[in-house]
Amino acid sequence: MAGSRGRGRSQFSFSVDALGFGRGDCLPSSAHTPSPLYPPMQFRPVPLHTGEEVDYMLALKQELRASSKNLPFHIKAARTKTDVARYSDKYQNGETKNNCIEWSPDWSRMPKELCIKVRKPRKTGERNSIIIITNTLEKREEEQHSEEEEDEEKKKQNEEEPDADEDYDEEELEDTDYIMSYFDNGEDFGADSEDNMDEAVY
Amino acid sequence: MTTQEVRLCGLLLQEHFGNVVEKVGTHLIRSGVLTLRALAHETKLPLDLVKKSLCVLVQHGMCTFGAGRRGPAGPVEYRINCEHVFHMLRYPRYIYTAKSLYGDTGELIVEEILQRGHMTMSSTVKTVADRLTHNMPEGQSMDYSEVVSVFSQLVETHFLQRCPPLASAGSSSSGAVDTPLPVATQPTEPESHPDCYKLPYINLTGQGKRRRSSEDGEADQCAAKKARTDNSECGDDDGIYWQVNFQRFHLHFRDQAIISAVSCKLDQSSSEIVRTMLRMSEGTTPAHAAFTQALSANEIFRALLSRSPDARPILDQYLSLLVDDPMEFVGKTGDSGGGMYVVNLHRALANLARATLESVVQERFGSRSARIFRLLLRKRHLEQKQVEDFAMIPAKEAKDMLYKLLSENLVQLQEIPKTPDYAPSRTFYLYTVNQLPTARLLLQHCYKTVGNLIERRLYETKENKRLLEKSQRIEAILASLQATGAEAAQLTEVEEMITVPERQQLESLRHHINKLDSSENQVDETIFLLKSYINSTQASR
Repeated sequence: MAGSRGRGRSQFSFSVDALGFGRGDCLPSSAHTPSPLYPPMQFRPVPLHTGEEVDYMLALKQELRASSKNLPFHIKAARTKTDVARYSDKYQNGETKNNCIEWSPDWSRMPKELCIKVRKPRKTGERNSIIIITNTLEKREEEQHSEEEEDEEKKKQNEEEPDADEDYDEEELEDTDYIMSYFDNGEDFGADSEDNMDEAVY
Repeated sequence: MTTQEVRLCGLLLQEHFGNVVEKVGTHLIRSGVLTLRALAHETKLPLDLVKKSLCVLVQHGMCTFGAGRRGPAGPVEYRINCEHVFHMLRYPRYIYTAKSLYGDTGELIVEEILQRGHMTMSSTVKTVADRLTHNMPEGQSMDYSEVVSVFSQLVETHFLQRCPPLASAGSSSSGAVDTPLPVATQPTEPESHPDCYKLPYINLTGQGKRRRSSEDGEADQCAAKKARTDNSECGDDDGIYWQVNFQRFHLHFRDQAIISAVSCKLDQSSSEIVRTMLRMSEGTTPAHAAFTQALSANEIFRALLSRSPDARPILDQYLSLLVDDPMEFVGKTGDSGGGMYVVNLHRALANLARATLESVVQERFGSRSARIFRLLLRKRHLEQKQVEDFAMIPAKEAKDMLYKLLSENLVQLQEIPKTPDYAPSRTFYLYTVNQLPTARLLLQHCYKTVGNLIERRLYETKENKRLLEKSQRIEAILASLQATGAEAAQLTEVEEMITVPERQQLESLRHHINKLDSSENQVDETIFLLKSYINSTQASR
């Protein structure tokens, strides 16, 4: 390198031909800004595959996505209550709680430390409390009514319950006469659309 | 794990299991191995949520656990298996393959097991029979024995396998506290278990139950959810869980790719011959073998479906054609028995990957750049002048294209000095393409592409969320009105609640989302091909 310096000032240390461009050729301009986010494409992309197989797999994919939202494996964090305790809280149920799991895995295949309470279906609990309440009421009436009538009533109660189970029993879930959305206190409204507050909601 | 892989894992976990599992999963991927307490502390989530997420991940086989660095006495450490998370992208393809091989029953079995991670045979059979019965006309129901037979077929062909037992689960009594957990270095391979493909002897008789359809769809869902997650019924095969054998599906996809390549390159009959050869060597070839077992031409002839005696010399001609083909799908290893032939699996995968790379260059940069790329792949190292001569492209354009390919990292520059000082005038600059690193680069591009597609789809859905909710509400109203038998006037009145421009917007939204989903499926095919090629090179080393 030191030897070639003394030769002549206009000579470069590399032969220009080897690089592939001659003298006076304009080089591509250097970049002043970062490359654009969506650079224009030189060629249009090839169209997607079509056909029965492709359509079926597309439908499968969308179905799987929709159904996985309903499975118990889709975990949502329980909403923390930041406000005053409200009367409607007593009737708002079905919310996921953090400390119970919605499905029952095989605990022998999991490490012990992951063991967490399995959420039992609430209906049987409710049924039990209703049975207890009706039973105590009936015992009080025992003094006034004959025994046979009591038995009939108890049997009717027991028969009604399996029927009630099959009916759509949103109301009976909480032992009220009102539909559950009556207790909706409006806290959910607008809770999801926290971002993008530019758009007005009509 | 590269950035793009971590991002894609996060998006897939979020799509299937929600934000909580996504947060836990991505943090665990980034950190490598963590204990439960460390994970809860670092993600700042409540401990219960972390426990639930880990349960979900372990259930689906995406997270493995074992004794950690402090040995069996220390806390358990968890690790995520990223490959398993990527398989979620391919679920539709697995289900469709099961459908094409074993019909609707096979499709539902694989779908149930994929959605739940692992299941016992009895619960799978019951759920699938119920689902099939639901779709049948009134009065008919699906017998358990049919479902059991399809299940056993899936196990025999190794598409389903037993979950490997944990070392601590070997004890028959429940919950032995003192047995140590296996060390978390290598998860036990399911195939190392001798009973991997043995069906349990259970007595399953019965028929699928039809759910009484009630007026409101929600009750149906509640009932269905209860029926599905009810594992408390004690069957005879408690503790024997079955999972999908992804490797077997991948071998099937690889075979399909080779057969379709042969049929594209040559013709239908040669692809039939290759299909027969692959089918015959299905059971005997190990998973990472470079070629199948050698098959004699006589055996192939016997196994071919059209067996007219004058087809024998035609078969010989086809085989010699396949052997001489430059793609080298089939090779000849001997002369006994009319000629011993093998299918070159690794070479076929390498050629398929090469074809993918060339096609990508062609679609992005044009056919002349593709010509230069193919030239460099064939001739390995070329100087700039030689590139121009061999490709028959004028110098200026060739230089432009080469530099563009160089800037995209598809082509590399190799310097060979003539003198010890690297004087530029006395150094050879050779252009070269290395297939394996380029394939890895393209694989990362594919992961980034799928991540972008998913994010765009989420964005589109979020933008039009209000419209989607409105249309769902109106559909629900329409469905309930139809169920209660309303007049046509009422129905049209409800339908008119969506205005025409809104309808158009919905239509275009659906079209976009379908396109994005379809693109994801297609990119996943490329991912599969490149990943198989990269794995095959690693296995042979």
